[in-house]
Amino acid sequence: MTTTPKQGAHDTPTKPIPKIEAAMAPFFAAAKKHRLVVQRCTDCGTLRFPARELCSTCLGSTTEWIAVSGRGEIFSYNVMHQVYHPAFADDVPYAVVIVKLAEGPMMTTSLLDCPLERVRIGAAVEVAFEDLSTDVTLPKFRLSGASEQP
Amino acid sequence: MSSTSRLKGRLAIAGLGATPQGKVYDRSHMGFAVDAVRLALLDAGLERSDLDGILLNPGLAWGTAAMGSFMLQQALGLRDVRLSATMNAGGASAGAMIQHAALAINAGLCTTVACVFSDRPLKAPEERTNVHEKGSASSYVFPRGLDAAHGQFGMNAMYAMVARRHMHTYGTTQDHLGAVAVTQRQWATMNPAAQFHDRPITLADYHASRWVVEPFHILDCCLISNGGVAVIVTSAERARALRKPPVYLWGMGQGHPGGDIRETLTSGAALAKATAFPMAGIEPGDVDVAELYDCYTFTVLATLEDYGFCPKGESGPFVNEGHTAPGGSLPVNTGGGQLSSSYMWGMTPIAEAVVQARGEAGPRQVPKHDVVLASGNGGLLSTHTTLILSPLPS
Repeated sequence: MTTTPKQGAHDTPTKPIPKIEAAMAPFFAAAKKHRLVVQRCTDCGTLRFPARELCSTCLGSTTEWIAVSGRGEIFSYNVMHQVYHPAFADDVPYAVVIVKLAEGPMMTTSLLDCPLERVRIGAAVEVAFEDLSTDVTLPKFRLSGASEQP
Repeated sequence: MSSTSRLKGRLAIAGLGATPQGKVYDRSHMGFAVDAVRLALLDAGLERSDLDGILLNPGLAWGTAAMGSFMLQQALGLRDVRLSATMNAGGASAGAMIQHAALAINAGLCTTVACVFSDRPLKAPEERTNVHEKGSASSYVFPRGLDAAHGQFGMNAMYAMVARRHMHTYGTTQDHLGAVAVTQRQWATMNPAAQFHDRPITLADYHASRWVVEPFHILDCCLISNGGVAVIVTSAERARALRKPPVYLWGMGQGHPGGDIRETLTSGAALAKATAFPMAGIEPGDVDVAELYDCYTFTVLATLEDYGFCPKGESGPFVNEGHTAPGGSLPVNTGGGQLSSSYMWGMTPIAEAVVQARGEAGPRQVPKHDVVLASGNGGLLSTHTTLILSPLPS
């Protein structure tokens, strides 16, 4: 779920800040410390994101959150033109990307400091963190140094 | 004979009812549903008292629709119903309702079932509460947690990711997506009920149309619509005694592949056809007309591949070569489909399949229409249903 902070009539619209639900609390706690974690089934070792209560590989119910490298590649992307939320009106067109982490799980996320013409499938990326509020930090990604080589 | 093939030709669609669709505001979702059933009964030459089954696929305007089929029964004034359920597998629901109706009738639970979809996602100008509604499909935006924080909203954005991946993997191009839009608009110009029947488009028009979310222009996206459709299923024997020529159910199947479609790029059609085609006793090459669920241009491409109408990854050239156009080897979405006529979830392809199978399609009628396929697709290529229909009993 998403909560949008209350605004006065003259405030600029605020981007939605994810509500931290219990299942994803460890993810946001780690993000606050600028660490990227995913869930790992302690029965079969499957990594997953976002959180599930039971493992869809083995139906085990014991899990831990483990740090991942934060490296991956762009698996796919779109470029949003239509404004679905007023806080994104000044951002369009902007890319949303699916990052496939080196460890396997995929995340829908967005890029920092990346012009649209450099967004391409297969580009190497690494995690970067954007602090949204005192409680919520959002893991985003940047093109990694390697992909900047000519 | 396998046990499943005993169903072939035993059940039929006997009635089709469709309300006005699109920017139509004069009824609620319930009003559209009741009116669609009324029209289907008229079409079939049946009385309300002949119905003993009611299945409902509730569109978004129904909300959570707890006991939706019962509420619809009450609104219709139906007594002594022997089969009732509210079903939702997204755009695969309409096909699934017809399948469940066929199974229930064949098993003796009931005799005559109305399968109903309605929705009213579009708001009339006076109903809109803020500028962002614009009467468009605000209910399809689904703002969710992390996705929304990154600026990803709704089904358009999710399908765009899969389409982009298909383009990367198979070399599908923007022109290929455009070819689907242009071809379906060609068909729509021959369907007076299509919302864009009077607005033919060229590939240049397609490229010039505004982006919604790349790689989708507005012309890649279905026409979110208000309205309702009902289909009446009964036994073949009973259907032969009714007003309209029966449309026989030759085969049916479902496919819900699970896993991550973004990686496989393969819809449930691949699995559903493996049940439906042998039941109908057909191969892909036997299909005369295909009505394929087309929430996006891209969905048509993936579905063509997964039914085996062309090899995987070659749907773009297949459409570009005109195979799916009027006069082509495999006419597809002959009423204009959800892209150019109206988006009634899975009922759009089924309704046009019934019209084609009956030979009632007027200028757009496909001359040979002995085997008509209708597909349904829900989620992100996640759920799928296949119906094989024919004017011939076997």
